[in-house]
Amino acid sequence: MKIFSTIGGYLLMIKGMLTKPENLKMYWKELMHQSVEIGIGSLGIVAIISVFMGAVSAVQTSYQLTTPILPKETIAYIVRDTVILEFAPTLVCIVLAGVIGSKIAGELGNMRVSEQIDALEIMGINSKSYLVMPKIVAALITIPILVVLAMVLGIYGGRLAGSMGNIIPTEIYDRGLVESFIPKNVWFGLSKAYTFAFIISSVSSYYGYNVKGGSLEIGRASTTAVITSCILILFADYILAFFLL
Amino acid sequence: MIEIKNVSKRFGDKEILNDISAIMETGKTNLIIGASGSGKTVLQKCMVGLFEVDSGEIIFDERSLTAMQEEDRKELRQQIGMLFQGSALFDSMTVQQNVKFPLDMFTRWTNAQKIERVNDVLERVNLQGTNNKYPAEISGGMKKRVGIARAIVLKPKYLFCDEPNSGLDPQTSILIDKLIHEITIENNITTVINTHDMNSVMEIGENILYLYHGKKEWEGTNKEIIFSKHEKLNEFIFASEFLRDAKNMRVLEERGIIDTDKNIDQLLKEGGTDTGS
Repeated sequence: MKIFSTIGGYLLMIKGMLTKPENLKMYWKELMHQSVEIGIGSLGIVAIISVFMGAVSAVQTSYQLTTPILPKETIAYIVRDTVILEFAPTLVCIVLAGVIGSKIAGELGNMRVSEQIDALEIMGINSKSYLVMPKIVAALITIPILVVLAMVLGIYGGRLAGSMGNIIPTEIYDRGLVESFIPKNVWFGLSKAYTFAFIISSVSSYYGYNVKGGSLEIGRASTTAVITSCILILFADYILAFFLL
Repeated sequence: MIEIKNVSKRFGDKEILNDISAIMETGKTNLIIGASGSGKTVLQKCMVGLFEVDSGEIIFDERSLTAMQEEDRKELRQQIGMLFQGSALFDSMTVQQNVKFPLDMFTRWTNAQKIERVNDVLERVNLQGTNNKYPAEISGGMKKRVGIARAIVLKPKYLFCDEPNSGLDPQTSILIDKLIHEITIENNITTVINTHDMNSVMEIGENILYLYHGKKEWEGTNKEIIFSKHEKLNEFIFASEFLRDAKNMRVLEERGIIDTDKNIDQLLKEGGTDTGS
């Protein structure tokens, strides 16, 4: 029964944040601050993961591609589609669920425990709207950008690994990249990115905002937020693939 | 003035507040006292609208909080300042940003006007020059004063303080009490303080509400407390032998039996104890 009250509480939080801002300028400032925290703050880890993800993908595809019937361009083609369809949106967002999700849940949990959220409410500010909405909007803006960056870097990582490991020359790799390219795949990848961005930011905000207790509960909320986000990401991944492809 | 009319509140099966009625007077420091778990904080949170009452009414100068729509509540909340037990300062903001925050949210003043107001209130709480410090860099007493500054920056009509002396040494506690009392009189606001600090009760308790297990047990002033024969109240306030002796001395003083400090010094000298005063 607890799951129903959790879902209900989550939906009430989403509903509660959809109100007119008390001061648009202050909300914009908070949105920019969150965009920097979520976007710029995750740039490093996304870049590193993406390059290595593409590199490993190229090496393992080459390992599996033992038949000479298939041309070497196939490696690039497989790396490209794997990165765009799955690795960039899903793998990167699972990592971001840990990085950003725990940060959001921890920050809001700490604010709840130290009565900062109550202080906002007493001042007449809708704390759900001021604290949660900028985080969700910032995630919806920055995470898809990070996913696109991950796509580019992942493909480049494959190229780098291919040339450094003498697996596939760069000219052949580049030829394979444009072969049978389906633009719809990029839109599919982006639709995942938007969905996962919403999941990561809203679920983490819910658990952080509703912390009851002390520092132990903040830690628990953070962990629960990450686990729940990851499970929902994988579930949404399957649903989107089933219905959109 | 804030009127509490027959307010009750429960959480699950547990009754926290039971039919409480009281008046918090304008221009006075109104204290809500009681042991831990007596319902002080819940009552105060009901008064500011953080909790909904199960029955009864909270009336702010003839406007019923319990009957208000959300928009009217928001407007009323902008007339309320609150000092939390832990100060509740925003960790990522400096002292200046913390105090300026309500001005940024609710006024269309220029930045220069806001900074001027911030400096005025920081001077009032004796924190000049701390503008660029973060909450982690200042002491507990300073945090409370920043909390007070933030609470009064919009010139509220109502000021709520939740255990303002908690975690402070006796001297700093008295400073905070004095500051709150002076601000109350200067601005003619209704101040409601939750406390179980006996110094606060005796020094600034102009209107005291004593709660016991969620019920109103006693109401009066700090002078009336000394003469009260209410058993539970006396056990709570004058818990130690030292305080009971102090109470008895004060009763004798109020009745003129012990006249002035000179009288006390004389008695002590005769007894062979030098006060050094």
